[in-house]
Amino acid sequence: MSADVSAVLSESPQHERLSDDRATKDPQWRRVLRTFEENRLAFASIGLLVLIALFCFVGPLIYHTNQVETSLLDANSPPSSSHPLGSDNLGYDVLGRLMVGGQSSLEIGLAVAIISTGFGALYGAVAGWFGGAADAVMMRVVDVVMSMPMVLVFVFLATVYRPTLPLLIVVLSLLSWLGPARLIRGEALSLRTREYVQAVRSMGGGSRRIVLRHIVPNAMGTIVVNATFQVADAIIALALLSYLGFAIPPPAASWGGMLSNGTNFLLDGYWWEIYPAGIMILLTVVAFNFIGDALRDSLDVRLQHR
Amino acid sequence: MLGPIGVTGYLLRRVLQAVVVLLGVSIAAFLLQHLIASGPNLARAIIGSRANSATVAAFIREYGLDRSLPEQYLAFLWQLLHGNMGYSYKINESVDAIVAHDLPKDLLLVGSSLVLALAVAVPVGMMQAAKRNRAADYLATTTSFALYSMPSYWLGLLLIAAFSIGLKWLPAQAPQAATITGVLAQPRALVLPILSLALVNYAVFSRYMRSSAIEQLAEDYVRTARAKGASRLRILTRHVLRNALIPVVTLVGMSLPTIVTNGLIVELVFNFPGLGLTFFNAAQSLDYPVELGITVLIGVFTVVGSLLADVFYAALDPRVRYR
Repeated sequence: MSADVSAVLSESPQHERLSDDRATKDPQWRRVLRTFEENRLAFASIGLLVLIALFCFVGPLIYHTNQVETSLLDANSPPSSSHPLGSDNLGYDVLGRLMVGGQSSLEIGLAVAIISTGFGALYGAVAGWFGGAADAVMMRVVDVVMSMPMVLVFVFLATVYRPTLPLLIVVLSLLSWLGPARLIRGEALSLRTREYVQAVRSMGGGSRRIVLRHIVPNAMGTIVVNATFQVADAIIALALLSYLGFAIPPPAASWGGMLSNGTNFLLDGYWWEIYPAGIMILLTVVAFNFIGDALRDSLDVRLQHR
Repeated sequence: MLGPIGVTGYLLRRVLQAVVVLLGVSIAAFLLQHLIASGPNLARAIIGSRANSATVAAFIREYGLDRSLPEQYLAFLWQLLHGNMGYSYKINESVDAIVAHDLPKDLLLVGSSLVLALAVAVPVGMMQAAKRNRAADYLATTTSFALYSMPSYWLGLLLIAAFSIGLKWLPAQAPQAATITGVLAQPRALVLPILSLALVNYAVFSRYMRSSAIEQLAEDYVRTARAKGASRLRILTRHVLRNALIPVVTLVGMSLPTIVTNGLIVELVFNFPGLGLTFFNAAQSLDYPVELGITVLIGVFTVVGSLLADVFYAALDPRVRYR
């Protein structure tokens, strides 16, 4: 398992770049690894996520169910030998649907995290680097979107468009790039005054080079931590969207859609339509949050020396 | 850091920024609305698809929908500056009146859940920081992570399943009274909505509090106090608590948009007759004046919240410079 961790973590370029910046005898990736070894919760979370991913993507190859055609005669049946986790109100097998729904939930979560953190980081780095009027205008745009009630945007989209997987990714990204933009702008404001950035500028390095080659890579720790939390937040936001009526329509499924659909049957006692999906969301989101927390702790140098 | 002129200049600039943001919010919301439907389409969506053209024309004239979009927006803004947020298309009430009877209920719901959440989150977060990576810390972390990782409507429904359906202790529906006094007259029905929102907020605040206190514990002044022989409890309550609270207060101010969203979800789950529910219904029925009025109101709260948080932060932490 630890080999997996180091493989994943060493992909981000911060480790080489930051290591000459800080204590060289204890490189950053090693510190990250050590934190994971000490932080058993984060370590267990990685294992849990691997299991969940296997369940969602490999599970359907072993456990075959029909997740396209409804079978209303079989609707709302409690767990039995033919449906280990029962069936929902359209007769879909809940266990099989958890796998299919998990695929879209995980895909949306990861895609939103990558898009929103990538765009937000770039936006924040540009605003922080240029400063002045450009910064003021760019950050007011962030403030405006942040101060808009999310529901207004949802209802607008629900009225005009039919929810699909790519559209959901776009919508959730539109709402989640604000946090990373603010965070990275803050980092960029402090990075722009560093000697090495000034040196690049005096040697004739353009803004584009400084932002892409120096500011963004040096803020990579913050960016990676933020992206981890963004996956968790996107999966929760997807569930809220489903509850507000903006869910992927059947036969497609998502955990959030299954949960919000299942809550209609709270009074009927159809627990198998509520708890399995809810617990999958809970476990996945908790795991991503634990990993994000551990990463943040390990990248925060000040907390190391105590 | 700077003299009173620096502070005044900083405040002035922040207030100006806030005004710009509010204008931006209202323009964006206004444009979004008119992208969905405008003119005769909007009129038919409100008064019925089979309304005859005379009725449609009358509706359009009454609400000034025949004017150009900039004109309509400026008229809205002009009325807003006079304290008039418009008149609902759907319910025979002015937006001012709706806000007047709904807002106190929301202040009750959000306010009491915030107080409750902070009252628990601050001591628990301090305890976690003091006992970092021990059993009690893991337990509290797991609890707050679990609460944080639940969609808020599911949390509300779990509480309903446990306390209303299972134990039959508390009603599943929030008080349905129109006025705040009527709502307060049914305290039992208020318990679950307030508890749900408090639990959601607790999860966020206790995480802030824990990491803020941990950061403070690494500061030099803690070592100094310890070297001078101060007891652990004294260091925590006299030194760490105050300093750790500063970023937490700011974060609470910053997280107002999330609090508003979760408040709306809780209102939907418990059918709490507040602005969130009104807003959701207005948004779905294209009741533009109500929707726009509440959007601007939420914008004001968000902007003022983060402004206050910033000012508070600057006032409490002498190291912060006014830029």
